[in-house]
Amino acid sequence: MTDPSKVQLTEDGRLKHFLTTEGLSKDLLTEILDTADSFISTQERAVKTVPLLRGKTVVNLFFENSTRTRSTFELAAKRLSADILNLDIARSATSKGETLMDTLWNLEAMYSDMFVVRHADSGAAHFIAEQVTPNVAIINAGDGRHAHPTQAMLDMLTIRRHKDSIEGKVVAIVGDILHSRVARSQIYALRTLGAAEVRVIGPGTLLPRDIEGMGAKPFYDMKQGLADCDVVIMLRLQKERMQNALLPSESEFFKLYGLTEEKLAFARPDAIVMHPGPINRGVEIESAVADGNQSVILNQVSYGIAVRMAVMAMAMSGQQTLINSEENA
Amino acid sequence: MRYLHIQNARIIDPASQTDTIADVFVANGAIRTIGRRPDAGEIEETIDATGLWLLPGLIDLGGHLPEPGFPQKGTMASETKAACAGGFTHICSLPDTKPVADTSAVIKLIEEKAAKAGYARVLPLGAMTQGLAGEQLANMVTLFEAGAVALSNVRQPIRDSYVLRRLMEYAATYDIPLFLNANDLSLSDGGCMHEGPVATRMGLPGIPETAETIALAQILLLAEQTGVRAHISQVSCGRSIRMITDARQRGMRISADTPLANLLYTDAQVTGYNSLYNVQPPLRSEADRQALIAAVAAGDLAISSNHRPHEIAAKKAPFSDAESGMSQYDCFLPMAMTLVSAGELSLDALINAVSVLPAQILGMAQSVQENSAFNAVLFDPETERTITARDLNSRGHNHPALGRSLKGQVQRVFIDGQQIC
Repeated sequence: MTDPSKVQLTEDGRLKHFLTTEGLSKDLLTEILDTADSFISTQERAVKTVPLLRGKTVVNLFFENSTRTRSTFELAAKRLSADILNLDIARSATSKGETLMDTLWNLEAMYSDMFVVRHADSGAAHFIAEQVTPNVAIINAGDGRHAHPTQAMLDMLTIRRHKDSIEGKVVAIVGDILHSRVARSQIYALRTLGAAEVRVIGPGTLLPRDIEGMGAKPFYDMKQGLADCDVVIMLRLQKERMQNALLPSESEFFKLYGLTEEKLAFARPDAIVMHPGPINRGVEIESAVADGNQSVILNQVSYGIAVRMAVMAMAMSGQQTLINSEENA
Repeated sequence: MRYLHIQNARIIDPASQTDTIADVFVANGAIRTIGRRPDAGEIEETIDATGLWLLPGLIDLGGHLPEPGFPQKGTMASETKAACAGGFTHICSLPDTKPVADTSAVIKLIEEKAAKAGYARVLPLGAMTQGLAGEQLANMVTLFEAGAVALSNVRQPIRDSYVLRRLMEYAATYDIPLFLNANDLSLSDGGCMHEGPVATRMGLPGIPETAETIALAQILLLAEQTGVRAHISQVSCGRSIRMITDARQRGMRISADTPLANLLYTDAQVTGYNSLYNVQPPLRSEADRQALIAAVAAGDLAISSNHRPHEIAAKKAPFSDAESGMSQYDCFLPMAMTLVSAGELSLDALINAVSVLPAQILGMAQSVQENSAFNAVLFDPETERTITARDLNSRGHNHPALGRSLKGQVQRVFIDGQQIC
């Protein structure tokens, strides 16, 4: 068993799966962003497709529902000229790993080249990459609370395009950090790419223990936490948090942490506001801010396709080099 | 009389404070003399034990046996043979079989199957509550009379403090010992590893230390009030050790054990999502591990196996979806010996924790001295080998020794004077 960060790299340090932002070098993360940047220009053309994945079969394997993420992966694959198959698989809790493995082996036998995997269990994408189908490139589209690396990278691209650089920036992530795979992937990417400070803001019930160990500084108060921030990232709050005694109510959460124009004024005047979507207006963020001129929420969506094209192209190329070298050997 | 003659063994028996090289003469299931030939009788067989250690047989305070109910995970024969290979002469079987060991029929069935297999002696633990549901008391006296050595609810919760109190009062009336696991399910439910920095980083739901300590406080207070004979099974936190020590200082007679895995590993093993290390109780922090080691070194804490064999499919799943537990019987003694070679435990402290203390807790005599029943292990401390699947007797290949090189090997196991393997 190897660390997730190692499983995703070839021996010469290229991407063959994309499982987590943890442990990836600054050069590699920058390469992803640069590649994505180059795809943004192709996206503005009348003919948006490039032939990088022509003849390849990509399977969207969503064990957890997500229309938005799935569609952006689908579009990304199509714009790379790949054949794409969408599978929504309801998870069977009783049959343990068996169904998962049988499904994957069947798809592998159909000569699939890449799986885009969304799963409710932390480590699921890593498990598949290491133990089930190591010769299929695995792109993690979200595993439990662990990682959502393509979302984090599109957020990095957003910051880089709107704030020139990530280096030296103060970034605050607000809300339910405990359950957030997005936050974990963002923290690693931000640290590696040179952010001056990464802050997490929320009530004690929604901040995981020992978050400092990941390099993030916890705050319980928006005024202190947002002071001097260049970037404010709001996270989505799930309704079930109220039933689990983690929060008293949406209204109290909004009062303390909901992003209003007043609270945004604690940050730097040129701070940008981000959200991975879908947003709960009036819970995490008020409409005036979500639709305001500091918000880059819709830009994030556009960049999402370019970032997914970039990691799919890079992982496929790494995996292909590996297969070719094995065949030659 | 015809004797078995074990020649030149290093006898290590903390119970009699013995560590000496001598000859042992065994007849009719017991040790007749040590260091001198018996006055009469002839030698039937001589075993040259030069360079080998003769230790009291290991006694396990809790392992999961797959029969009845889980044929895909192993058989009574495969697991009790694995136990012998790991140095055990006696093992307590946990009652979470299918059906649950809450009737005398199941206790008898376990005993019969174990006797038929003919390897390690199985001492069944009965269920404290019917179906382990934590609601209604099991027929405690009936179970005890049928051969259960103590009663356990494994890690299943007792409904509330009221039921636990009555259960203890009832058991105390008949002096039935209880093996209690401290696990507050409202705090541990949904968790699959120790709550700490590793869980945060891996995004895995954690089990906080308080899931154990809150339940332990409840157990200790009610045990004190009811005067029941209580043993705490599978302690994993350093804080729990301090609470148990406090209780002893108040005069309570309370014993405890920890699974071997919690002495060997910490939550750092989970990095990489290796489902082998998905165990209950969870592997905790290095500070917890150190506190458990210190308690074993002080002679206050026994070591149990928490053996739990699984078929491959049960473990081949994303970490939180995999079934918890580790196969532990094979190689148990060599694995435990790594603590001695690492300088963390003395050999005496280790033997004390795997044999002497468990015997005391169960009210058994287990010692390598004259006139004791011959339940012992001949151990070769030097041989080094790499463990492969073929070396495992257990059907559960979810074993941490697989693929690693281990020093030391159990050569022979004797139960009541008979060589079992």
